[in-house]
Amino acid sequence: MAIRYYWPMVAAAIGFRFVLVLFGGDLHLASRPEVSTPLTSLRRLAEGYWLKQASMSPYSGSMYHGSPLLLSVLGPLTSNRSGGKNAHVYCSLIFVAVDFLAAMLIQATGRILQMSRNRSLKSLDLTKAVNNSANVSAGDIASLIYLWNPWAIVTCVGSCTSPIENLMVVIMIYGACSRLAPLAAFGYVIATHLSLYPAILIVPVILLLGYGPDAPTTKVFLLKSSSSSKSDMRTSLKIQRFSWMTVLHFIFWLFIWSGYVLLLSSIILKKVDGLNEMFEKTYGFILTVKDLSPNIGVLWYFFAEVFDFFRSFFLTVFNMNIIFMVLPLAIRLKHRPCFLAFVYTAIVAMLKSYPSAGDSALYLGLLGLFANELAEMQFTFFLCFGYIGVSLHSPVMHNLWIWRGTGNANFYFATGLAYTCLQTVLVVESVGSMIKHDRKLRLLVPS
Amino acid sequence: MAPPPPPSGTVLFLYLLLLFLLSTAAAASAAAPEEEFTEELLLRPLPDRKALAHFYFRSSAPPAATVGRHHHLFPKAISQLVKKYHISELELSFTQGRWNYEQWGGFDPMSTSNAKPPGVELWAVFDLPSSEIDATWKNLTHTLSGLFCASINFLESSTAFSAPRWGFKLNEGNLRYGALPREAVCTENLTPWLKLLPCRDKAGIASLLYRPSIYKGYYHSQKLKLRSSQSLGIILDQTLTVVLQPNTINDKQLHSNLGQLQPSWSMRHLFNRKLSGKCLVSKYSRIFIEFDKGIVDKVNKSGSDLSWNNEFFVLSNGPDRLIKGLNNLEVQSSFIYEYDVSNYSEEKPFDVGITWKLPLIWSCTPSPFHASRFLMGSGNERGSIALSFTSTNLQKIFGSPNDCSIKAVIFQMVPWYVKVYYHSLEIFIDGNRKTVSDVVDKIHVTPSEDKLLPGTLEMLLRFPCSMQSATLTLDFDKGFLHIDEYPPDANQGFDIPSALVSFPEFNSARNYPEIDPLLGSPLLENFQEDTVVKSYTEVLLVPLTTPDFSMPYNVITFTCTVLALYFGSLLNALRRRIGEEERELTKTATRHGLIRLLLAKLRGQKVNPTESGSLSESTGSKKLLFKVVLVAVAAVLFHYFSNNS
Repeated sequence: MAIRYYWPMVAAAIGFRFVLVLFGGDLHLASRPEVSTPLTSLRRLAEGYWLKQASMSPYSGSMYHGSPLLLSVLGPLTSNRSGGKNAHVYCSLIFVAVDFLAAMLIQATGRILQMSRNRSLKSLDLTKAVNNSANVSAGDIASLIYLWNPWAIVTCVGSCTSPIENLMVVIMIYGACSRLAPLAAFGYVIATHLSLYPAILIVPVILLLGYGPDAPTTKVFLLKSSSSSKSDMRTSLKIQRFSWMTVLHFIFWLFIWSGYVLLLSSIILKKVDGLNEMFEKTYGFILTVKDLSPNIGVLWYFFAEVFDFFRSFFLTVFNMNIIFMVLPLAIRLKHRPCFLAFVYTAIVAMLKSYPSAGDSALYLGLLGLFANELAEMQFTFFLCFGYIGVSLHSPVMHNLWIWRGTGNANFYFATGLAYTCLQTVLVVESVGSMIKHDRKLRLLVPS
Repeated sequence: MAPPPPPSGTVLFLYLLLLFLLSTAAAASAAAPEEEFTEELLLRPLPDRKALAHFYFRSSAPPAATVGRHHHLFPKAISQLVKKYHISELELSFTQGRWNYEQWGGFDPMSTSNAKPPGVELWAVFDLPSSEIDATWKNLTHTLSGLFCASINFLESSTAFSAPRWGFKLNEGNLRYGALPREAVCTENLTPWLKLLPCRDKAGIASLLYRPSIYKGYYHSQKLKLRSSQSLGIILDQTLTVVLQPNTINDKQLHSNLGQLQPSWSMRHLFNRKLSGKCLVSKYSRIFIEFDKGIVDKVNKSGSDLSWNNEFFVLSNGPDRLIKGLNNLEVQSSFIYEYDVSNYSEEKPFDVGITWKLPLIWSCTPSPFHASRFLMGSGNERGSIALSFTSTNLQKIFGSPNDCSIKAVIFQMVPWYVKVYYHSLEIFIDGNRKTVSDVVDKIHVTPSEDKLLPGTLEMLLRFPCSMQSATLTLDFDKGFLHIDEYPPDANQGFDIPSALVSFPEFNSARNYPEIDPLLGSPLLENFQEDTVVKSYTEVLLVPLTTPDFSMPYNVITFTCTVLALYFGSLLNALRRRIGEEERELTKTATRHGLIRLLLAKLRGQKVNPTESGSLSESTGSKKLLFKVVLVAVAAVLFHYFSNNS
């Protein structure tokens, strides 16, 4: 069931972005803590480019913490300041295109998922039982969520590099879903290079390449095959097999792309300190939470307040916290790698050291891909209005604290806490309802 | 009880020995250059009814090889410091108040070398390989901190000092510069400074330093300058510059047409002290009264000569000497009356004063541009630093052509928590935006590193002569600090040290053609040195946002709770197996309740051992018991080992 007026809505979203970029005036979005972080700020990129032009290391002076590749791609566009209105209008136009591309890839991923879902349901003879309740074109929904999400719009217009990071994650997932190992490897390498955290997505990507897109648990197929005639045995066995060739292909391309990225970076940074400094100033900066400027997460305030002698302990704990959940989730959701990728993205967006609205825009977009499976999710009303409430409160509290001086840091921190709680609820509920959905499928199969 | 008198023969021998020793010492000292001490004071009336007093003490020690380690006059602490840290040049100044460049002049040696930024400023040039300089600087700051009872040791941190290459003073990378704008200066800093003088403040010119009167002034800058080399030895210049509001001698005040009045004053009124002779160990002890160009021009115009008793003013004593000063364009720019203090003694104390006969309005020569610095923007997130130059139309005075250009060098150090975007530099000349490359000839930036390095900006600008005003703006983001990094009164804000603007094409050196080179006045020598015209800008106060200082425990507990919530609930969601739960539910429906089971046990009734419920109960309780014992053992062991270690 396709969505009516899909293309007009896509066009309207893109048009809206264009209008904001070209005629929006200076919305001061670039300096909003919700939009740009020290890692993604385009203003810092411009400073890095200026330093590079002045034959200094772009990383000297704790300003730029991004990739040298972005510096050479976007840097020249930032230097010719058009004066007055929107300083980074060319970059913003690129970001609009990037957003459009990401939305299209999300839609394509959704189609692939839909096809595989229909195939597996058909092989289980459950098409009627499940599709009666809900069957919408998840890809269309996901891409529309991504395009019309206010946070995605703000991120796109607010001159920061998150749209590119999001695009790379989407490319990776799309490449893995469509079993294009080189493309998946490219997305993975660039996304990891840009913001480190997508590194944990290696698990879902390998599962996707090995087992193919999401399907009900293998147990269901076994049940089905044991109950039905022998002729169906073939299909179930085909689904189970792990295709090592694709994965090896992916790993091969992984090395090629990594080598290529490192080579390009070292060429760009040849005159200055080189790759060591790059790792120290990008990954080191991410892992050690050196910048304590406020953002929508909780770690900035935590590390601004925590006693110095506990700092390294808590740094380890918080960084490990992301990794702790990788294995349990992978074990439980290994038959749904695409959903696993969504859960990882959401966890990363919640626990990363410099979170921004752009990260949330990405996982909310991906959430749309599972509209059918998660139809029975609980607390959706609470979550929806929680998100709206937080996104309205957060700028107000920030304004009260920073600009008017009538509130204090705790007000803003409270919204960050609320936001983290909301994301926790979202992740837990989505995982829970996905497990329930699988259980339901299993019960529907006559044993 | 007096000791018994020694035999006369021994006494004679001792006397002879002493005589011999004294004569050899005298011979040695006559051959080698001696340590010297001179004391001087320069007084000058200022256009805004104030008076400037500039104390100048010079102690010099000949190269160490000739005299060894013993000093007669030179402070031992300083010579040890110079030797230990291999200092070739050092300047330390403590300043309170701001030099008023418009009123008190910006183009004379006084303003270029004695006007200092508020607080403490320290720079030093080391005679060391560059790898050792930073460590030596740290030790030096601690030594000076102890020596002068000031918190100079705050300059030890690498975030507090920088190494300018050419913006401050041309060097080969062996100069370090640091400033503490908020350091309060008081008598506790003056006392150790006076201790370096051979007579302290007990005799000589330093005895004029009566604390209540000198700290009452508008500007107070005490400076210590060291130069050392193999050939010169060590030269220590100690200067104290104060701007005071003189109490008028009598009620009769002279009103000018504009209602302004110049107070007549004397040394006794300025310092509440009289000068009773010189410091006996000083080589020279002199007092100068200087009248600058404005007065000289007025007096010359009126046709009278510049004697000590002329049409406009009269000095209370006849001077010993009259010195004419020329500026670097060979125009007469000052007039100095000299008094030799050695002619006076305790019975005949020295006092000199000036009495105005006619109201006189004059102005001091300003620097080519008046530089000032201010902050723009509101809120605690971002802002801009603006540096504005206003032309004083000096080139018209000098009659330069209109199509020329004036060079200006800016040196600015910003602390790391002011994160400057150097690419946002914008220059406006007479209100019109100019491209940066049109105005900036040379730029050198050392960007700040978080918690590691301050940012340093050195810029060579070229302004057209016809320019009336120029503004430079730089955007910055305000940093967020850890709670421990805030000073006690965090809401007061943070100070950005003064920027230094110098005009390399303008030289403030004076020339005294009539002066006898043997006069050997270090003060006038200092005025003759080539010094570039420079001026310090204001200190900026940047308010930074503060976190809640009382919150650490709350923040830690809240954050950890939320993360535990995430971890626990997600793990729970993953662990749950709905199928098993349903099975469990059906089982518990048939099973006896726990309480009933316990009650049955208490009553001594036998529970059916075949019942699966009780079986699981007993194994469960065993497990629980085992766990409790395990934890207890672990706790005991931990306690034991932690006590042992």
